[in-house]
Amino acid sequence: MKPSPFAYHAPESVDETLTTLSELGEDGKVLAGGQSLIPLLNMRLAAPPALVDLARVPELDTVEVTAEHVRVPARVTHERLRTHAEATAAIPLLRQALDWVAHPVIRNRGTALGSIVHGDPAGELPALLGLLDGNVELVSTQGRREATADSFLLGPLESDVRPGELARAVVFSRPAPRTGSAFEELARRHGDYAMAGVAVTVTLDPARNVAAARAAFIGVGGTPIGVELTDALSGQAFDALEPGEAIGLARAAIDPTDDIHATASYRRHLAGVLLGRALESAARRAAEDAAAEEGTHT
Amino acid sequence: MSVTAGAHERIEVEVTVNGVPRAAEVPPRRLLSDFLRHDLRLTGTHVGCEHGVCGACTILLDGAPIRSCLAFAVSVHGRELTTVEGLAADDGTLHPVQAAFQDQHGLQCGYCTPGFVMSACGFLAETTEPDDDEIREGMSGNLCRCTGYAGILAAVKQAAGDLRASGADPRSQHQPEDDAFAGRPGGEHGPAGGDGGGEVPS
Ligand SMILES: Cc1cc2nc3c(=O)[nH]c(=O)nc-3n(C[C@H](O)[C@H](O)[C@H](O)COP(=O)(O)OP(=O)(O)OC[C@H]3O[C@@H](n4cnc5c(N)ncnc54)[C@H](O)[C@@H]3O)c2cc1C
Ligand code: FES
Ligand code: FES
Repeated sequence: MKPSPFAYHAPESVDETLTTLSELGEDGKVLAGGQSLIPLLNMRLAAPPALVDLARVPELDTVEVTAEHVRVPARVTHERLRTHAEATAAIPLLRQALDWVAHPVIRNRGTALGSIVHGDPAGELPALLGLLDGNVELVSTQGRREATADSFLLGPLESDVRPGELARAVVFSRPAPRTGSAFEELARRHGDYAMAGVAVTVTLDPARNVAAARAAFIGVGGTPIGVELTDALSGQAFDALEPGEAIGLARAAIDPTDDIHATASYRRHLAGVLLGRALESAARRAAEDAAAEEGTHT
Repeated sequence: MSVTAGAHERIEVEVTVNGVPRAAEVPPRRLLSDFLRHDLRLTGTHVGCEHGVCGACTILLDGAPIRSCLAFAVSVHGRELTTVEGLAADDGTLHPVQAAFQDQHGLQCGYCTPGFVMSACGFLAETTEPDDDEIREGMSGNLCRCTGYAGILAAVKQAAGDLRASGADPRSQHQPEDDAFAGRPGGEHGPAGGDGGGEVPS
């Protein structure tokens, strides 16, 4: 189908975008890559009176990598971030997650931040917001605020962008030394939304035993579900993990439902299997990271 | 220049399509797929699902494959588009990717084919020596109800080899003098359809 008619605004700067959004109030909707919004418009599941297109705002294009953070503004596509050497070296989990996002052709237009704002329960990037202690920077003519995963991701396809606001960038924290990460998921076809998936980070102590571990699950709740696994794994050797307790904790924390692709009990089982695999790879990568770091200091 | 238009106003959109400057006045809600098909009368780009799932509408935007059903014409003002009409040589000789689809039986009804061909052109520009898994992943965003995919995967593999041999950029129009096929058995893809294998677009 075709979208219902909408007024169109293509401002040329962030300031102009904010003025336009403020004038439009409840009527205005931001158009970023369109890879989630346009399907909704075409199916007439959404019919906003006005779109504010970021197509002419190049100041939202540049990824910044500092000693602490990777900052990804609103126009950065999945594909550009996935292939950004400096950003993915700083936070390998970005690449590990983005490899699972959609198909290459969708990644060429869809934006990383748009996917977080869209808040699909099976989207990969919303899971990174909490796991990497991320913040979404929200700006309007009234000022600026920051939101964490807990305050920003409110429910399935619902995030806390208020009328008049632009999500300007998402900022992810770089991992601590001796940290490894992994993203595992199962989808019916590579590139489709996952039936279940998990992102994990594992940090080792200098003796290569687990010092901290966390996971964030997708597709098994209305928003990504973070699970703290440090108590279940701490002190275990990186190459002899016994993930049983961690898997038990995770299976109790998630809240999957039935749909045409999989039953809730299958998803619960799957989430545990994926967690076991992800922990193993993340711990191995953490040991590699530790070895590389010692190499640079000797 | 910033742009503002009411829901029923028309906006002039200028683009370069297959190297030719084109323009039309369209309402904001005109999908890029419909802009190409209805306003510019380039009906090679097909429309299947109109929500991003089937890939039939895939075209190149500044050389990168995108879904034309998931973009508005007004959003791509000033940019360069390549559609399936822009691939064959002026004399009708098929582009290596099109020729490979013909050789390897990569199509039956042909509805999905323009999308697969454009996805393959974008993919092969990025990945010049793909292995079978990379080809599967590269083509995973396109659906075909007829072929069962084996012929399509074989076609992309053949095209990858042919493009490596000729060194041509798969995103540009085929230049027959670059033609690396002349000596290949069954590899004549002239406008007369040398191997009798199929229709050639006019
Ligand atoms: C076939 C297909 C398969 C897909 N598979 C996956 C997948 O496996 N995993 C996955 O994660 N995603 C998948 N996607 C979705 C894709 O990742 C989208 O790109 C992403 O969800 C939205 O980003 P966008 O830039 O396209 O946002 P848009 O579609 O432009 O916008 C989405 C929503 O966010 C709002 N918005 C966007 N940016 C801003 C901003 N800066 N400020 C305020 N509001 C904003 C919009 O108003 C809209 O409500 C798929 C899409 C398709 C079509
Ligand atoms: S018509 Fe565009 S993806 Fe199906
Ligand atoms: S050849 Fe018929 S849909 Fe692919």
